[in-house]
Amino acid sequence: MAGWLESSGSIDMAFELSEKTDKRIREEILPRYPFKKSAILPVLWAIQEEKGHLCREALLYAAQVVEQPPAHVYSVLTFYTMFFQQPIGRFHLQVCKTASCEIMGCRQITDRLRQRLGIDVGQTTADGLFTLSQVECLAACELAPMIQVNEDYYGPLTPEKVDELLEDLKSGRQQVKPCL
Amino acid sequence: MPLIISANFGRPNSDTLAGYLANGGYEGLKKAFSLKPGQVMDEVKKSGLRGRGGAGFPTGVKWSFLDTKSGKPIYMCVNADESEPGTFKDRHIINRDPHLLLEGIAIACYAVGCRHAFIYIRGEFFKQAKILERAVAEAVAGNYLGERILGTEFSLKVVVHRGAGAYICGEETGLINSLEGNKGQPRIKPPFPAVSGLYGCPTVVNNVETLAAVPWILRNGGEAYAKIGTPKSTGTKMFCVSGPVRNPNWFEKDMGYPLRDLLNRDAGGMCEGLKLKACIPGGSSMPILTADEVEKANLDYESMNALGSFLGSGGIVAIPHTFSMVSLARNLASFYAHESCGQCTPCREGSGWVHRLLVAIEAGRGRPGDLELLHDLCNNMRAWATGPQPILKWIGKDEGLGGGKTICVFSDALAWPIQSYLVKFRSEFEEAIAKARPSVSVGQVVPGHAEQHSAGTRAGASVH
Ligand SMILES: Cc1cc2nc3c(=O)[nH]c(=O)nc-3n(C[C@H](O)[C@H](O)[C@H](O)COP(=O)(O)O)c2cc1C
Ligand code: SF4
Ligand code: FES
Repeated sequence: MAGWLESSGSIDMAFELSEKTDKRIREEILPRYPFKKSAILPVLWAIQEEKGHLCREALLYAAQVVEQPPAHVYSVLTFYTMFFQQPIGRFHLQVCKTASCEIMGCRQITDRLRQRLGIDVGQTTADGLFTLSQVECLAACELAPMIQVNEDYYGPLTPEKVDELLEDLKSGRQQVKPCL
Repeated sequence: MPLIISANFGRPNSDTLAGYLANGGYEGLKKAFSLKPGQVMDEVKKSGLRGRGGAGFPTGVKWSFLDTKSGKPIYMCVNADESEPGTFKDRHIINRDPHLLLEGIAIACYAVGCRHAFIYIRGEFFKQAKILERAVAEAVAGNYLGERILGTEFSLKVVVHRGAGAYICGEETGLINSLEGNKGQPRIKPPFPAVSGLYGCPTVVNNVETLAAVPWILRNGGEAYAKIGTPKSTGTKMFCVSGPVRNPNWFEKDMGYPLRDLLNRDAGGMCEGLKLKACIPGGSSMPILTADEVEKANLDYESMNALGSFLGSGGIVAIPHTFSMVSLARNLASFYAHESCGQCTPCREGSGWVHRLLVAIEAGRGRPGDLELLHDLCNNMRAWATGPQPILKWIGKDEGLGGGKTICVFSDALAWPIQSYLVKFRSEFEEAIAKARPSVSVGQVVPGHAEQHSAGTRAGASVH
């Protein structure tokens, strides 16, 4: 996914953080650390939790509260895989592709998702519901092949279970249970 | 056989303070408070407990290295980054018994004089971070953490700090950099964290499972712990078994437990129609064991070293006869090429190059000489001066191995397994190369593999 530094015209002038998040950042998160710089990750997390992704203004806001140059915050933000610079789908389907999951058939799972959603890895469906990604070992290899959807782990999966899971997510029911 | 880590996993409400107290929780902390900090450290030294994060360094000894004379605050970083492929024990410890970890942290901090501990937990563990945050709040409310704990002079603040997706933040100095608000890139050592770690202060970094063993040691004494397991690998360990076995799961076993029994008995053996070809013994970074070696292997540090491998994190992956070692090598090379932090040229470029070669070999575009090139690349990726002797033995030569080429052992952690596959399963690689179609040139994009790299590489090492 392209970063906004490379793409012109994506400046979100409407950026405004809710008072609640701003308060949480200043009164809960910052005091946990002896130095404000340490709070970069939790501050970015708090913004992303509210906004779904991190736009240019979010970065400037974060840089200001942790009192660091925006360039530094940007270097941190881009080092990690879980911060998004562009909006992503409501459900982020992250298929694990590392050793145990590949041995147990994660390719079939990815193929099924591609087929059903009509998108490739790294893309979002036109209705904005699903983004498909591949990720590295999620420390749940006993569930292989497994997938993380937003905060939930699901596994072991079969192509049929994938269909069921997609139905669940679309309709809000919970036939396929998440694992701890 | 006593269960030390998982004893309460199945009990009701084991993830709450009330449930924990009902199981004798925080008795170890009370015991610790009846002793001087130095005595607590001695008890842990006596136990022989060794770090469960992968390196197996004696925990009590590590604590005693902390520079307490500098007058600077001492910090503890709890390593809950759990990212080594094949490993999922810390997740279960946090899910089922978060207070066990918190009690271990409190005892350790009392022993080393730390008043501020951070639990660095991988970003993907949303639920586990919430479980820990709730547990910390409960413990503070119950005065098991926070100010003047249980009426003593000892105060301790515990902060749950979430990562955001980066394997390398499990390396202790990468973790420290990440926690300070930098990119999670490892630092050159020395200075070691015990002298200059978080914010330039003396810092101890311990794995979740290591600390979870500490309450038992205080309750029952270091000697009792040392009686479990083998003389040099004491206590129990959480082993994680994955791959096509009937019962993939975690199992807590005494150190020295036969790997064969773990796979065949506890994990239920291979699934219908599959034979065990090989086994990753302690996370993907460790040299592989053949099915014959699995028969002889005991799960303790010394036995594993004698076989030229490591116990590592205890993540055991069964490889079935149907799965190609070339594919396994390519899969892991892709992982390491993606996760290299990019500071050191041999690691950043080497991991990408190794990956490209393996992609080509797998796709039938290998060339004569590729295996020698792979060996050579791996030899040039070493941080560790020589590597452990048994590894040299199976590589078959020790010239050109001189270490010090990279900042951390991440790049060794790619070189070791890849070289072990090349040596132990050479014929599979040779066959793949022999079958290659010479007309197609290396470097071409392979259909069907493109998706492997679509996430891009953190290091900027291009994979095509
Ligand atoms: C590349 C790399 C990745 C690591 N990942 C982890 C990890 O995910 N969790 C962990 O506990 N230790 C990890 N370690 C080991 C830590 O650096 C450190 O040795 C350990 O946390 C110390 O704790 P212990 O003495 O209790 O084992 C990693 C080491 C390296 C070189
Ligand atoms: S060896 Fe690799 S992961 Fe370690 S510091 Fe160097 S580039 Fe980063
Ligand atoms: S390999 Fe997929 S969760 Fe570990």
